[in-house]
Amino acid sequence: MHRLKWSERIGQSLNAIVLGLLAVAMFFPLYYVFVVSFTDPGEYLQKKIVLFPQRWSAEAYTYLLSTPAFARSLGNSAFLATVGTVCSLAVSSSLAYALSQKRFYFRKVLMFLIVLTILFSPGIIPNYLLVRELGLINNIWALILPALANGWTVLLMKNFFDSLPAEISEAASIDGCSAIRTWYTIVLPLSMPALAAFGLFFAVGYWNQFFAALLYLNDSAKWPIQVLLQNMLLNASNIDLVAPGQQVETPPTEMLKMAAIIVAILPVLMVYPFIQKHFAKGAMVGSVKG
Amino acid sequence: MSVTEQHFSTHKGRQTSSKRNRRTKWLSALRRDRSLYLLALPGILFFLIFKYIPMWGIVIAFQDYSPFRGILGSEWVGLQHFTTLFANPDFALLFRNTLAISLLNLILFFPFPILISLGLNELRNMTYKRLIQTVIYMPHFLSWVIIAGLTLLLFAKGTGLINELFALWGWPRVDFLTNPDSFWIMVTLQAMWKEAGWGTIVFLAAMASVDTQLYEAARMDGAGRLRQIWHITLPAIRSVIVVLLILRLGDIMEVGFEQIFLMYNGAVSEVAEVFDTYVYRTGIEQGDFSYSTAVGLFKSVVGLALVVIANRLVKRMGQEGVY
Repeated sequence: MHRLKWSERIGQSLNAIVLGLLAVAMFFPLYYVFVVSFTDPGEYLQKKIVLFPQRWSAEAYTYLLSTPAFARSLGNSAFLATVGTVCSLAVSSSLAYALSQKRFYFRKVLMFLIVLTILFSPGIIPNYLLVRELGLINNIWALILPALANGWTVLLMKNFFDSLPAEISEAASIDGCSAIRTWYTIVLPLSMPALAAFGLFFAVGYWNQFFAALLYLNDSAKWPIQVLLQNMLLNASNIDLVAPGQQVETPPTEMLKMAAIIVAILPVLMVYPFIQKHFAKGAMVGSVKG
Repeated sequence: MSVTEQHFSTHKGRQTSSKRNRRTKWLSALRRDRSLYLLALPGILFFLIFKYIPMWGIVIAFQDYSPFRGILGSEWVGLQHFTTLFANPDFALLFRNTLAISLLNLILFFPFPILISLGLNELRNMTYKRLIQTVIYMPHFLSWVIIAGLTLLLFAKGTGLINELFALWGWPRVDFLTNPDSFWIMVTLQAMWKEAGWGTIVFLAAMASVDTQLYEAARMDGAGRLRQIWHITLPAIRSVIVVLLILRLGDIMEVGFEQIFLMYNGAVSEVAEVFDTYVYRTGIEQGDFSYSTAVGLFKSVVGLALVVIANRLVKRMGQEGVY
């Protein structure tokens, strides 16, 4: 018995160490980029490898944020994430709520048609041609309208509304409340935690949106942050990161890249704790039910 | 609405079939719950316009589509674009690359979250467990652009951290990113870094529902931790593993498009071109809309067939399918 306990304890420590190392390995790239981006440019140029900087500096950030292209793309992305999320929540939740009502006459057909869109996609080109026909090329709404809803989210939301007591909607309709008013004044406020979770996932999706922007926006003034990042990081094309007439010493390109990554991650990191709380809970609820 | 009502009442007396009955039913349903249908309208319009109109656009795969003449005015060519594709030497290449990346994913990526979950499930210190989870879930929320950028900053031959370290130690610099031999394994590792932690959620949820009495009983019988994992934990999550594995097989035509697109470079084009990147290049960059739609359609149809077969298999094994 005693020996077994010892071997167990060793096994457990080993397990804890291995998982700890895994987490460190996963975290390291972010740590490295963060640290270098805040290092003094002189020190970075001299050493090339900085794990613990001697002199800190926010020079890369002040430079980056003072360039019009970068600031503008941040603004575009902020617009996308806020406006897109609000519109997405409105469209998805209204449809999902309507579909959760038993008296909805076509719900079976509609549900089937929605599931079909999850299983089969016509591909990039027909979508591209549609956006072009709608005259949305070079329009920021080309990134919002086609992404307003998707089959999975509507199904999940419908399942959530199904779990609300049906008496609420019934009582409201007996009191003469229309479905729209019930949805807006009763159901939505009751569903705030769920809406917050869906909203955060939508927001992260819009913030990270890259491919649609690449397809539909040629005008670099309209680029969201991800396309600008791609050009900065991967294409090595010199987008005018220098303000006209600006005569300052440029920090090393590598540092600018790292600072740009940190700025683009920051909003996601800020909402992450909230999302995490929700998806942990969601997984728990699922497991209890199953 | 009053117009409908009138129209409706004038026809009421004349029609007697069950057809009329059905029509009456949905019409009166529409009338009764106007507000409900109005609420669903924006969402329905969205799916119609942005999901179903593009499905109609597929017909250009069977045409010689000209943007000036439109879908209605363009000439029909039947299956010509498909025969061109199958005869094209690129086709074998696309298939090979797509399959290779998917299979590597299956062999290396798939078991990884299961192993991590087993480890996490054994941790007794909840704070430590949660800390590790927080860290390994996080990459899931980063965009592929950022992940490709991080990869470049770490692995680039000239200035990447790893090669700087190699140089410091006097080792030769290694070409990680523009080397066709290592491309597949690099993208697989990259996907693992991004999604492995996220993948543990479903396994951990399955493990959390195991009855703790089973473990106690096993301990009474003298089973160590490893035996308990083998005889209790693994059987408990077996159904989840099997379902996910089969669905994975159904998804074999799907490789992360953004990931491959962003990691693509001239040096690795032979091994990096997959169906989606090829559609982008021939369609958007070269403007060959009809041919690229045909390629995309081929991929989607094969993918759909695989998913349907996979779902059948899942159901035949007595599990709940995806739909």
